[in-house]
Amino acid sequence: MMNDMSKIEQGIAVDAVKIQARGVQVFYGEKQAIKDVSVEILDKTVTAFIGPSGCGKSTFLRCLNRMNDTIDICRVNGDIRLDGEDIYDPAIDPVQLRAKVGMVFQKPNPFPKSIYDNVAYGPRIHGLARSKADLDEIVERSLRRGAIWDEVKDRLHEPGTGLSGGQQQRLCIARAVATEPEVLLMDEPCSALDPIATAQVEELIDELRLNYSVVIVTHSMQQAARVSQKTAFFHLGNLVEYGDTGQIFTNPEDPRTESYITGRIG
Amino acid sequence: MADLTAGPEKTPKQGNAADAVRASLTRRNRKQKLLQGLGLGAIGFAFLMLFILVASLVSSGYQAFTQTKITLEVYVDPEEIKPEKLPRGGFKDVLQASLSELLPEVDTSDRATRKALAGILSNGAQFDLRDRVVADPSLIGQTITLTVPVSDPYDQLNKGTIDRDTPEQNRRLKDHEIAWFDQLKAKGVISKPLNTGLITNADSRFPELAGLKGALIGSFWALFVCFAISFPLGIGAAIYLEEFAPRNKISDFIEVNINNLAAVPSVVFGLLALAVFIGWFGLPRSAPFVGGLTLALMTMPTIIIATRAALKAVPPSIREAALGIGASKHQVVFGHVLPLAMPGILTGTIIGLAQALGETAPLLLIGMNAFITSAPDGPFDSATALPTQIFIWADSPERGFVSRTSAAILVLLGFLVTMNAIAIYLRNKFERSW
Amino acid sequence: MTTFVFAALLGVSILGYLLNRRAAAGLRADGARLHSLPGYHGLFSLLSTLVPVLVLILLWLVLQGPVIDHVVMSGLPAGSLDGLDTGSRQLILAEIKSIARGQIFGEPEQWKLDAAQRYLQLQQVSGWVLLAIVVILSLAIVAFARSRVGAAFRARHGVERIVSGLMIFCSTVAIFTTIGIIASLLFESIRFFQMVPITEFFFGLNWEPQIPLREDQIAAEGAFGWLPVILGTIVITVVALFLAVPVGLLSAIYLNEFAPDRLRAVAKPLLEILAGVPTVVYGFFAILVVAPAMRSFGASLGIPVSPNTALAAGSVMGIMLIPFISSFTDDALSAVPKSLRDGALALGATRAETVLNVLFPAAIPGIVGGILLAVSRAIGETMIVVMAAGLIASLTINPLDSVTTVTVQIVTLLIGDTSFDNPKTLAAFALGMMLFVVTLIINVFALRIVRKYREAYD
Repeated sequence: MMNDMSKIEQGIAVDAVKIQARGVQVFYGEKQAIKDVSVEILDKTVTAFIGPSGCGKSTFLRCLNRMNDTIDICRVNGDIRLDGEDIYDPAIDPVQLRAKVGMVFQKPNPFPKSIYDNVAYGPRIHGLARSKADLDEIVERSLRRGAIWDEVKDRLHEPGTGLSGGQQQRLCIARAVATEPEVLLMDEPCSALDPIATAQVEELIDELRLNYSVVIVTHSMQQAARVSQKTAFFHLGNLVEYGDTGQIFTNPEDPRTESYITGRIG
Repeated sequence: MADLTAGPEKTPKQGNAADAVRASLTRRNRKQKLLQGLGLGAIGFAFLMLFILVASLVSSGYQAFTQTKITLEVYVDPEEIKPEKLPRGGFKDVLQASLSELLPEVDTSDRATRKALAGILSNGAQFDLRDRVVADPSLIGQTITLTVPVSDPYDQLNKGTIDRDTPEQNRRLKDHEIAWFDQLKAKGVISKPLNTGLITNADSRFPELAGLKGALIGSFWALFVCFAISFPLGIGAAIYLEEFAPRNKISDFIEVNINNLAAVPSVVFGLLALAVFIGWFGLPRSAPFVGGLTLALMTMPTIIIATRAALKAVPPSIREAALGIGASKHQVVFGHVLPLAMPGILTGTIIGLAQALGETAPLLLIGMNAFITSAPDGPFDSATALPTQIFIWADSPERGFVSRTSAAILVLLGFLVTMNAIAIYLRNKFERSW
Repeated sequence: MTTFVFAALLGVSILGYLLNRRAAAGLRADGARLHSLPGYHGLFSLLSTLVPVLVLILLWLVLQGPVIDHVVMSGLPAGSLDGLDTGSRQLILAEIKSIARGQIFGEPEQWKLDAAQRYLQLQQVSGWVLLAIVVILSLAIVAFARSRVGAAFRARHGVERIVSGLMIFCSTVAIFTTIGIIASLLFESIRFFQMVPITEFFFGLNWEPQIPLREDQIAAEGAFGWLPVILGTIVITVVALFLAVPVGLLSAIYLNEFAPDRLRAVAKPLLEILAGVPTVVYGFFAILVVAPAMRSFGASLGIPVSPNTALAAGSVMGIMLIPFISSFTDDALSAVPKSLRDGALALGATRAETVLNVLFPAAIPGIVGGILLAVSRAIGETMIVVMAAGLIASLTINPLDSVTTVTVQIVTLLIGDTSFDNPKTLAAFALGMMLFVVTLIINVFALRIVRKYREAYD
């Protein structure tokens, strides 16, 4: 799904650059978790972050919507721009940023509320719906996008915590898209799910690409190969290699990437 | 920017969403500010109350740490005090005579005036004199210098709590009495030294003589008994429940029991002590031993809970290491786990004892609020305790007891702060992360 | 004499310890392979002597008093106790005892002096007999323990069995305490309900616990209806919660979510101080500062405020409960999994929205449990109300009036003279029974909620 207009505009890049990170460093207290990472994340593309555990991929992901702000000892240096706007600018309200950059977590974390209220929560606090009918519509659209509408449409007012793991995770995705974000960050969204649920979520990610820029952290290389168009390989806090997924998996440039992909490090 | 890249699949609403978020932000941030403000206000309120509490205690209590005294040259008149009649004698008259010498212009032929004049001195002054003369009968016939407390109204006057501008009929001291005191003051016989009597005297009906000695010793014995009973029992129970007890209905029941005991109102423990210890076992009323026994039952759950937490904090690797070299379960627990858990146990015990020190209601029910003018000789003697003494003084109508009560509270709080400081010191010094 | 007994026991058991240890060490020196270390052989002797004999001594000391009393009283000359009720009999016994202690007031009758003499004799005999028994018994046990010393004897197992037994005993003390509480309250309450009909207690609208001083006194019968008392308790509890719940909740939310680290580091210990202040101090604070302030404030508005207004006692109790509620709320908020907080923040919720819409609802069970425990504390709190609330039970819900509480009545009924055979004293136990039952129900309920809640998020 190439957009001809932007192809022409951007020249080499396939799509418009959505997020541009330059020289990002992250410290937890004294410990440096990310060493000088620069990357450009494209719109309407699934970008996968892979790498051994502790390599900093999740940490970097959490910088993109400033979730690291909630950790007191965490400090972020460098420059991250969303649509050219510095997201660490003091004038930027993280609340506003997070409404634009949604996030789905490793473990499904539905609120202990009804399915409907889970999805409606974001639109409600942001004032996206003018009426009850409006809100109903948003909830239905989001649940449909989350590919879970058919399973829950008859029990919207039952607690979201009562769903199965895979359903919970799709509910969380629906909750994230309900606020109409432009970027969707996913932190190992399938690690707590069984293979069937994983397949459903992966399918969903592929569909989401039509509307959003999706960034997914995964430790499964098969998953990265299946769902992403771009892949970034992290190792010990460094971004080792970044490129088209096909390129990375078939013909990596860096020996470390090759070792990881062939299972020698990890 | 977002609009530039909007492709055909883009929801038309996306731009609106960002606008809506921006539009809602002011209102939402205001709400957040309101919540923060309320929270800050709540904390401020709690601190304000703590501040008022401490400030009111200090401002009314600090005066009790000094005591107005008068220094008299007393001629121990052999006419009034005869060696063979000791310890009886006209000590009061002798004192009054020396007071008259200081105020020569006061006409003492009138009985009422004599009585008012004698009222300057504390009622305890004559006993001070008597004790000195009894200790050394050769003083009879000589002139001795004696510094004795003045009575409560004059003490209050000297400390400024009695307002001279109050109309005379509403004042506890009449104009001429104030004049006497001013004359004495001008002669330089009035002093206001540190009030050691607050610690060295036992209770008294007269505020200027009342002290905390009996209460301090009573509290000491009660806490000692409480510690001697609750510490071994609590540790024994905690070790058994944490390390040895099989997980079954009985140990569950014991656990529920302990948790509930920790929340039973203290006055109920007083009823238990009254009915069982005093009523059925026939132990003496008002005795610190019974008080300590009662406090021990209340402190035990605290010690058990703290000990179990401390035992739990010792990592299993230590147990496994010791078991691995062939130590028995008992040897592991008593040789390795318990010593490592000791700082935590001591911290919990000190905090439990500090709570016990401030506990009042059960002691009232077993009669530790009796009026006792001598310090107890042992744990079976009648006594008061620090908190019950506070209660007695708070209930006393004399003005002087208000500041004594505050002073006693400051002493009690001083002990509590010290105990808690020791507990915190222990915790910080021996705290280790595994 | 008692000191002698304890000293004898201690001496003999230490002797046993040394004997056994030496014997075992000797065996080892001769080349035998011991099952247990010599120290355990010693400890085995020490513990097997100390534990049973100590139990015997304590039982003896507890039982000796009543037995001697009984012997002395039944040995009095015929006719001297005729026609006397239990109270007067106890007075006579007390007089005999004080004569025995050497405190003689006035001119007691000869038979009392004789009885005192006999009392002293009996005590002395009892002391000697006890000493003899203790010495003989402990020596016998030491000899027996010494005879067990041998290479194969498992002294360590013996010691560990005794220690385990002791620890089990320690654990059961909690149960015995509960049984003691229930038994004493139940026993005295039953006696109370034999004198006062149970319906009057539960449904009566008057609480005037007077007892006749003389048989012929008018208005001899007191009224024992607990409703006004429990109503007063409820009024004060409600006032306390009105203050403590909002302040406690808000300060916990602020400390947990918004406070800068430095403020939190100061605020938490300060709140702990507030929690550690003894209640008698709060009571004095109420009568020294709060009640006069409320009174003069009321007077400046032209509203009559009683000097013992429930508002003063209640609000000071509320101050006492602030740290209690705040720490429970703090725990409950902290126990909500981080993933829920992250989920809300990632949706773009502000911190206030995260707390109010997500964390707080999730923490509600824990908070409710904490508030229930606070209610139970408020009901059972004694010193603040004894000092600052009233003594007269009136059927009112106006917090500006003076009301009384269950705990106030228990204390005032039992302060001073107590004999266990009039309804006035026993009424305190009936009230205590109700207090115990009500707080127990609340506590069990609250602890269950709190525990369930913790499990849900573990």
